[in-house]
Amino acid sequence: MNDAMFQYLLRLGDTTLVLSQRLSEWTGHGPVLEEEMAVANTALDLLGQARMWLTLAGEVEGKGRDEDALAYLRDAPEYRNYLLVERVNGHYGDTVARQFVFDIWHYLLLKRLQSSSDERVAAIAAKAIKEVAYHARRSSDVLVRLGDGTDFSQRRMQESLDDVWRHVGELFHDDEVTQTLAASGVVPLHQSLKGAWYEHVAAVIDEATLVMPPAEEAEHPAHRGGIQGRHTEALGYLLAEMQHLQRAYPGATW
Amino acid sequence: MSRSTWPLWEVFVRSQHGLAHKHVGSLHAPDAEMAINNARDVYTRRNEGVSIWVVKAADIVASSPSDKEPLFDPASSKVYRHPTFFPMPDEIKHM
Repeated sequence: MNDAMFQYLLRLGDTTLVLSQRLSEWTGHGPVLEEEMAVANTALDLLGQARMWLTLAGEVEGKGRDEDALAYLRDAPEYRNYLLVERVNGHYGDTVARQFVFDIWHYLLLKRLQSSSDERVAAIAAKAIKEVAYHARRSSDVLVRLGDGTDFSQRRMQESLDDVWRHVGELFHDDEVTQTLAASGVVPLHQSLKGAWYEHVAAVIDEATLVMPPAEEAEHPAHRGGIQGRHTEALGYLLAEMQHLQRAYPGATW
Repeated sequence: MSRSTWPLWEVFVRSQHGLAHKHVGSLHAPDAEMAINNARDVYTRRNEGVSIWVVKAADIVASSPSDKEPLFDPASSKVYRHPTFFPMPDEIKHM
């Protein structure tokens, strides 16, 4: 139970941390000032959430590791983030597609975690969901603008959506960790989020005049494993950059 | 959607209930809804606001700098329009 809890908290912490790091790569490179600010705000929100999840993970583990030790001193195979969030940013449409499918899932998950039987989890979820409600609104709005924009933007947005779809399935995958915790009401079974997710996402995709990728595209088992520590090479490069300072100068502070 | 096709919007933020909306700056956005989103992200990051207005910059009608004399100069010689000629009782403070 305790180990399942630790693993699940790492999933939440690592997923928000890795996505935050990815989004922060847009700083100085955004397509327009307003979008760049928005992406940076989202990255900061997610970083704040990652800190809370990882701090709690360290406490649950009980081996004296704090948020920094968990963030900076673990290698890729010890990371438990979903494969979706380690994907490279691509062009802005790719980033929007990734953010959109993530935000809706994140919102629905936090909504359920608010009523977790674990008070600490419920408290973090209640704090985070206010931020994530805005993330979901914004990424939906941008998806609609790019989808229902010009012929060119519509075609590119559709390609981005089709491309990201293979990573959707993992978000709803249950294993021993979620099953153990769901049995005591700490987390919902992720499978139970799927109906609401598809319903919401389908409505936005429709408004964006885009076509929903086939559901089976999301279900290929090859695109799973992040939450068990089997990652793509993309995560290694991301961590190399993120952890460089602590690895080169252990304990450095400013 | 090239940048050049996004209209300019003027942003007004109300910092507290009871105060008026105040002009804080401008931004680009494809439409009104995104202008509100962008205003939130660009101008209310540090807890500045409780309400946002956005107005298309093109919809604002402004006085012309060349009209400065007829519009504003006549008021400068009419000091009696200021309420400074009323004796104020001592008991009333902070006026």
